[in-house]
Amino acid sequence: MNPFTYARATDAADAVRLASTTQAKYLGGGTNLVDLMRETIERPASLVDVTGLPSTIEERADGSLLIGAAVRNTALAEHRAVRTRYPVLSRAILAGASAQIRNMATVGGNILQRTRCAYFYDAEGSRCNKREPGQGCDAIDGHNRTHAILGASPACVATHPSDMGVALAALDAVVHLQGARGTRTLPLTEFHRLPGDQPELETELEPGELITAVELPALQLAAHSTYRKVRDRASYAFALVSVAAALEVEGGTVKDVRLVLGGVAHKPWRAWKAEAALRGGPATEQAFRTAAEAELADAVPLRDNAFKIELAQRTMVAVLGDLAARTARGDM
Amino acid sequence: MTDISLIGQPISRLDGPLKVEGQASFAAEFPIDGMSYAALAFSTIAKGRIATLDVGEAEAAPGVVLVMTHQNAPPMGPMPMMLGPGEPDWRAGGGDNLAVMQDDQVHWNGQPIAVVLAETQEQANYASTLIRASYEAQPAVTTLDEAKANGTAESSVFGHVHKVAVGDAEAALAAAAVSIDVTYRTPFQTHNAIEPHATTVVWDGDELVVHDANQVITHTAYSLAKIFGIEERSVHVTSPFVGGAFGGKALWQHQVLAAAAAKLAGRPVRMNLSREAVNRTIGGRTLTEQRVAIGAGADGRFDALIHTGTTVTTQRGQLAEGFIGPSERSYAAGAFDLECRLAFQDIAPNSQLRAPGNAPGTYALECAVDELAVALGMDPIELRILNQPERNPTDGRPFSSHHAVEAWRAGAERFGWAKRNATPGAVRDGEWLVGMGCAASHLGYVRVPGGAARMTLTREGRARVEIAAHEFGAGTATALSQVVAERLGLAFEQVSFVYGDSTLPGLVMGGGSQQTASISASVIAAQHALTTELLQIAGDASPLAGLTADEVEGRDGGLASLDAPERHESYAAILARAGRDEIVVEAAAPPPQEMMDWSIQSMGAMFCELRVNAVTGEVRVDRVLGSMDCGRILNARTASSQFRGGVIMGLGAALMEETQFDERNGRVLNVSLAEQHVPVHMDVPEIDVIWTDIPDPQTPMGVHGLGEITITGATPAVANAIFNATGKRVRDLPITLDKLM
Ligand SMILES: Cc1cc2nc3c(=O)[nH]c(=O)nc-3n(C[C@H](O)[C@H](O)[C@H](O)COP(=O)(O)OP(=O)(O)OC[C@H]3O[C@@H](n4cnc5c(N)ncnc54)[C@H](O)[C@@H]3O)c2cc1C
Repeated sequence: MNPFTYARATDAADAVRLASTTQAKYLGGGTNLVDLMRETIERPASLVDVTGLPSTIEERADGSLLIGAAVRNTALAEHRAVRTRYPVLSRAILAGASAQIRNMATVGGNILQRTRCAYFYDAEGSRCNKREPGQGCDAIDGHNRTHAILGASPACVATHPSDMGVALAALDAVVHLQGARGTRTLPLTEFHRLPGDQPELETELEPGELITAVELPALQLAAHSTYRKVRDRASYAFALVSVAAALEVEGGTVKDVRLVLGGVAHKPWRAWKAEAALRGGPATEQAFRTAAEAELADAVPLRDNAFKIELAQRTMVAVLGDLAARTARGDM
Repeated sequence: MTDISLIGQPISRLDGPLKVEGQASFAAEFPIDGMSYAALAFSTIAKGRIATLDVGEAEAAPGVVLVMTHQNAPPMGPMPMMLGPGEPDWRAGGGDNLAVMQDDQVHWNGQPIAVVLAETQEQANYASTLIRASYEAQPAVTTLDEAKANGTAESSVFGHVHKVAVGDAEAALAAAAVSIDVTYRTPFQTHNAIEPHATTVVWDGDELVVHDANQVITHTAYSLAKIFGIEERSVHVTSPFVGGAFGGKALWQHQVLAAAAAKLAGRPVRMNLSREAVNRTIGGRTLTEQRVAIGAGADGRFDALIHTGTTVTTQRGQLAEGFIGPSERSYAAGAFDLECRLAFQDIAPNSQLRAPGNAPGTYALECAVDELAVALGMDPIELRILNQPERNPTDGRPFSSHHAVEAWRAGAERFGWAKRNATPGAVRDGEWLVGMGCAASHLGYVRVPGGAARMTLTREGRARVEIAAHEFGAGTATALSQVVAERLGLAFEQVSFVYGDSTLPGLVMGGGSQQTASISASVIAAQHALTTELLQIAGDASPLAGLTADEVEGRDGGLASLDAPERHESYAAILARAGRDEIVVEAAAPPPQEMMDWSIQSMGAMFCELRVNAVTGEVRVDRVLGSMDCGRILNARTASSQFRGGVIMGLGAALMEETQFDERNGRVLNVSLAEQHVPVHMDVPEIDVIWTDIPDPQTPMGVHGLGEITITGATPAVANAIFNATGKRVRDLPITLDKLM
């Protein structure tokens, strides 16, 4: 770990001011950043601790929720409004990491956690364009069983590892930002970038910009939502494929739907094509399968991960089928 | 003896409270004044030479005491090799024969190329990242196919060559009414015990003291003495507590490097390996490729058993993952062709990992038997029972104790095997396909020569036994205290067991499931010497007068005649009359003649029920039962923990464990526990264990080792249950979900 200075911010403006020096990084729970600093992949000269910033979950009059960036993952998953109105989010969080890590991890940090690509982590022995722009990518022809099948580029085939982010993308979440030039908002689906030829740029964040909150708009169908994570062991493993979905069916017809894939791309992969194919159509297994196939039509397998294409489709169909059946039974 | 036997009682581990209270000092927890802390830098090529090594920036970093490389390391001799080819050196502890950090040659990707010593661990870690190396790489062998193409070699362990031929197996296979002929593959696995390897080293003149996480302390002392060219008695290795060993806590480069750096710096050194360092420098189980072919008559009797293949090792170590052991002794067959050959890759020296050879070998053999049962349309348990041998089927020696059929019957009954649907893929529960499978566990008995014990008996009637043995959390000290108390006729509390120090008597390998047998033999020998001396000093005034050591036993705090127990005298009385405060004896265990005369083995019948998700291929194990035949059980609690732990490792091997190498440069990719998967709590179901508890008449105390046995059968039981659930036969481990979709 490189030497660094540490300061604790009292509020958002203070944080932005403290981070205006070069090579500063915000520190949430530190469960990802500190690991990366130990590996010397992140080498901030100073850390600005933002865990003292608002960590409230505000239920607003318009039915939306405003979640402070410092809210711990555990607190968010346990929140009553989240569990009843946005169950996909509770489930996604609880499917991630371990209880200890979730107790430390913050909302802001979770969204900004970096890929688990083994070559990205191996600073001494492997090439990675994300870590050292222009160096080359050892994953693309190497061990890439866990890597991307959608939206990847010749420069980078890494995936975004967050479970929570997949649920947020399904919930039309909006990220609230504050920087030297003021505040702004961005939909979560536009917050992360695809790798293109600059995989080192993972989000639309400006240098020094702070996530202050995440907003969940009121969304009726979110109460009919769920998360399914497929992984190599029963717990404490990153998703090979995950699916966040919300479904509203009326008289056998899909009235509205949200569908997002995790573990398949450089960002939570909102399945826009599948959603479009489903909306207004029959809520049948055949329709689910057709929509899933449409979403994966452009998928590109690597040496070790072709199975993910089929796995993603099957999991989408199963999750939609499950939601449809539960709606029909009236137990959601 | 006392009426209620102490032996077998489920007494809690003596070291439990200390560990729970944080009072147990592990190797990295010995405080020493003036300590410096070490970190390693590793090579990034698999073979070649270091062209340039720039340590200037590291040396200038805050807190750095020194940087040691091949350019300034003190001269050191090669590693004395523990289990290599040729004449065994029983005292050696190393995994290969390399001289550590003596030249610019690189032998594997991840080899230590520099040691940084600093005032704090953090400073050492940071400075180690500032070392810059460049290399002249040579072509390295990083895949099995390349290794095989270069030619394979004969393999052996302790002089036992892994090749057995009886009759013409190929002809018998060709002629058999029913046969299977398949190939199984098992991957590399690395030692990842909860306690990473650690050592605290201090030189006092020419004396070297090493507090180490270690399961071969005396071997380590001997080997370090050779490496540094000093007297063996000048090296003192202690290892009071070890946080998991499994065959991995032997002598590796890090202890040598720590001692060398301590010498160079003139300061004590603590080297606490990071998880990455463990995964780069500590070898584990290597990969195997095994052909198993079985030919049988229509009645199911085996005509031929062929078990051949290749395992990977290094040229420098040549330690075999000798997988044919289970096939040498477990089933009768008309003809055998068994052979394990070595192929050489440029990797870290491989080592023993819980049931070396036996675990991958049993996986292949027991899956093949299951495949044959399917081909025959027979119940796999009945097929196994039908083919139980009368004596060792390949060398003809009689079995010392062999209760496989009892274990199978008891296990099948308790597990409810009769409820199993033999048709694959026939049982469904929603998305889940449900299956049951079984397999035998196999492990040969070992007792390595060299055991010895010192026994001290005091006038207060307390006994102390001292042996250079190891306690890595398995409960050895507790179980052996039970044995000593029982044999001497003392209460459990009156006995203490001192271990974990190389200056104590005995050369005891804490591996091969042989420690308990070795210690038992030493304790019996020491007790015999003690009894002889007691009878001598007891004199004519004693009720025991005229009796010999073989005519008495320890009973009620003293000695009693075997024939007439009322002829009894307490230890206190004997010592008091002789005016002695204590008696100290030392005795060596007899050579392991039982291994020559008898075929001795442990076995177990393993059962598993699990579910495979039809959508995703995910596997969830619902329950496991092990019905074990492992000689006498000394402590029911510690024994069941060992059995359960082995099952958990077996589940991991079946479903997820694998060290991933990038075949382009031989570099290990999953160097952290986040990526190198072992079972978590949610992967581990209820594990039921039962045992025959029949003492082996030929072994010391009637015991067999039981630390390794269950891992061997748990893996194939899972694989066979997956077949029963899905109809899919996956023949390369681990069986991850993509292989089942
Ligand atoms: C062993 C292990 C297993 C895991 N398994 C999973 C899993 O299965 N699923 C999963 O989703 N996650 C998993 N995780 C990742 C875990 O969820 C993340 O590490 C965690 O969410 C990060 O949150 P944090 O607050 O600790 O972030 P930090 O580590 O503190 O920060 C992460 C990044 O966010 C930045 N940051 C933090 N807060 C802000 C802010 N307010 N504004 C701007 N930037 C900010 C930091 O500068 C840093 O770049 C696992 C982690 C580990 C170590």
